[in-house]
Amino acid sequence: MISRRRLLQTTAASAAALATRSLRAWAANAPGVTDKEIKIGQTMPYSGPASSYGAIGKAELAYFKKVNDEGGISGRMINLLSLDDGYSPPKTVEQIRRLVEQDGVAFIFQSLGTPSNSAIQKYLNDRKVPQLFVATGATKWNDPKRFPWTMGWQPNYQTEAHIYAKYLLADKPDAKIGILYQNDDYGKDYVIGLKDGLGDKAKTMIVKEESYETSDPTIDSQIVSLQSSGADTFLNATTPKFAAQAIRKSYDIGWKPIHFLNNVSISVSSVLTPAGLEKSAGVITADYRKDPTDPRWKDDAGYKQWLEFMKKYMPDADLADNDHPYGMMAAMTLVQVLKQCGNDLSRENIMKEAANLHDLEMPMLLPGIKINTSADNFAPIKQMQLQRFNGKSWELFGEVLSG
Amino acid sequence: MTALGYTQAAAPTRQVAGLSVSAWRRIGLGAALALALIVPFWASSYHTFQFTLVVVYAIALMGLNLLTGYNGQISLGHGAFYAIGAYVTAVLVQKAGVPYWATVPVAGLVCLGAGFLFGLPALRLEGLYLALATFALALVTPQILKFKNFATWTGGVQGILMDKPDAPWGLPLDSDQWLYFFCLALALPLFWAARNLVASRTGRAMVAIRDHPVAAATMGVSTALTKSLTFGVSAFYTGIAGSLGGIVVGFVAPDSFSILLSLSFLVGVVVGGLASIWGALFGALFVVFVPNYADQISDLLGERAKALPWAIYGVLLIAFMYLMPTGVVGMLRTAAARLVEGAGRGRSLGKPGA
Repeated sequence: MISRRRLLQTTAASAAALATRSLRAWAANAPGVTDKEIKIGQTMPYSGPASSYGAIGKAELAYFKKVNDEGGISGRMINLLSLDDGYSPPKTVEQIRRLVEQDGVAFIFQSLGTPSNSAIQKYLNDRKVPQLFVATGATKWNDPKRFPWTMGWQPNYQTEAHIYAKYLLADKPDAKIGILYQNDDYGKDYVIGLKDGLGDKAKTMIVKEESYETSDPTIDSQIVSLQSSGADTFLNATTPKFAAQAIRKSYDIGWKPIHFLNNVSISVSSVLTPAGLEKSAGVITADYRKDPTDPRWKDDAGYKQWLEFMKKYMPDADLADNDHPYGMMAAMTLVQVLKQCGNDLSRENIMKEAANLHDLEMPMLLPGIKINTSADNFAPIKQMQLQRFNGKSWELFGEVLSG
Repeated sequence: MTALGYTQAAAPTRQVAGLSVSAWRRIGLGAALALALIVPFWASSYHTFQFTLVVVYAIALMGLNLLTGYNGQISLGHGAFYAIGAYVTAVLVQKAGVPYWATVPVAGLVCLGAGFLFGLPALRLEGLYLALATFALALVTPQILKFKNFATWTGGVQGILMDKPDAPWGLPLDSDQWLYFFCLALALPLFWAARNLVASRTGRAMVAIRDHPVAAATMGVSTALTKSLTFGVSAFYTGIAGSLGGIVVGFVAPDSFSILLSLSFLVGVVVGGLASIWGALFGALFVVFVPNYADQISDLLGERAKALPWAIYGVLLIAFMYLMPTGVVGMLRTAAARLVEGAGRGRSLGKPGA
């Protein structure tokens, strides 16, 4: 229940704008850090076009609840203020300013969305507030020289493209590659990553590049033109709807390239099933997480650990949703950083320890994939493993590769 | 306010507590202005930022109110003009190196042209059909902003970052305070102009077209020209607001101008009070603060309620409309009329509000 008093307090606090912020108790520690609490903030699209990602924020809140139930971090409870920004950058700016200036959080953790994080990156760096483990796959978050207070988490798109390039150089150095990409920073990251990964051979190996707009109804003509270019290898850097169209169209016109499908669109239920499971057979992708629906992990210790957490702290949640393992592991990474900080919870030290993670393993990361950061490496997960779709589920093959 | 002759509830001779109604109005205006001037010295910089947004949205709502409140044309697409204004400023500042303050009138004029041109075909569309046409405008704008051939200018999906301007001339203000006064300094003449516009011949023509287009045409009002011009002026206000909004937030991207923005504008106009100058201000307060309260209330309900902010927002909206069916200003007018009635001769007054 809402207590009336609390409601009035909240209302009065923001409406009356009585900004009597308490002075910091310890000069050394970041704002929001006391003996009992570490207050942190984030924005999440709980409403709006990207609201399905809200599951990540919920998983993180649930995981911190578990940490707090077990005594917190050296007796300090983690208090995550997770605010809705509806995936609208101006709202993100407003909410982040509220968190930093009004609520006095120690830092920002896992705010979601590339445009949203772009909108606040300069503000947070100017103020020297850590923007930790942003929930987006763009490559630009790994830029410690220009933005020493911003750090990514998941493998970025260029990393993934590097892995495809590595595989091709080793297994099919004479490949003729056709690329289909979404015409924005996300799609272009794959093109840049692939060219970068292929190095000198990019010019001869890439025979055709096609792009599409999210407003396009279909990508049929692009597929036809890729086929007629003589390409025998296909990098499909598209979002789910277009990925399904591309798989089906290339099958229907009899084009049978080695098909690399980007990690963005690996969902069996929302991409491969609509495309047709038999038409999707043979498609290759790279991943870093254990697929929670894959029966292979049934007896895996990490999977069991995750399942136990979900049953206890998110009993109503969809166990097939990949965003739950994602949120849990991002939260675990933060817990590790805070543990490493010991009693020095200044913003500088939090950033320093975030850049000081070594071979950290996570229950739902594929075996062999580890989190590593350093002063000049702000991309925590850089390894992925290739997997092939067998008509029913994804099958891992080869070694874990670093991009 | 004395904005509208035809809705004025009481004659100036009426007395309340020894002062005439118009004197009370002047006192109210002065108090509001004084309050507006001290806000940034009293509030934290975060709240100053929020109040700056209130001023910005108030300008946009003023624009929409001219169109919807006074002229009776419903627009579900004013977010598009807001977006155009913001992008004109961002592109001029980042790509052409124009100082930010000089881009504001340019943004307004571009939107004036765009609004006038959009108003021409829209003339054939009445009521709900116009609402749908403008709805399409709001839907298409983010997509056009993402269009690849414009990406060198618009920055595509990534949008454009701008530096936050500092106070000029060595004024002892921080950046947030300066931006607040900058927006306020533009808002005041714009409100004054809007007030004069609706009290003028043109304003009466706008209202006449809203209330009875056939009668207005018979009286010699050029319906087509007045409607297009109203559309243009309305877009001008919203474009200026968009430009200021871009400067204040320091970032523009297609995702900033979703359909929700256009809908919030319409909600703000209706909640504040249709066909009233002050309504824009109350509407802007609603648009900026109520979603935040909804979020906080939803937080108090626990973590599971994370999907609820918009449901709570909806409930609050319904409550507002139920308690104040003619908007905040309508309610104030009713209250004022009751007061005058009580203080005066006890004669019943005409229906106040619009």
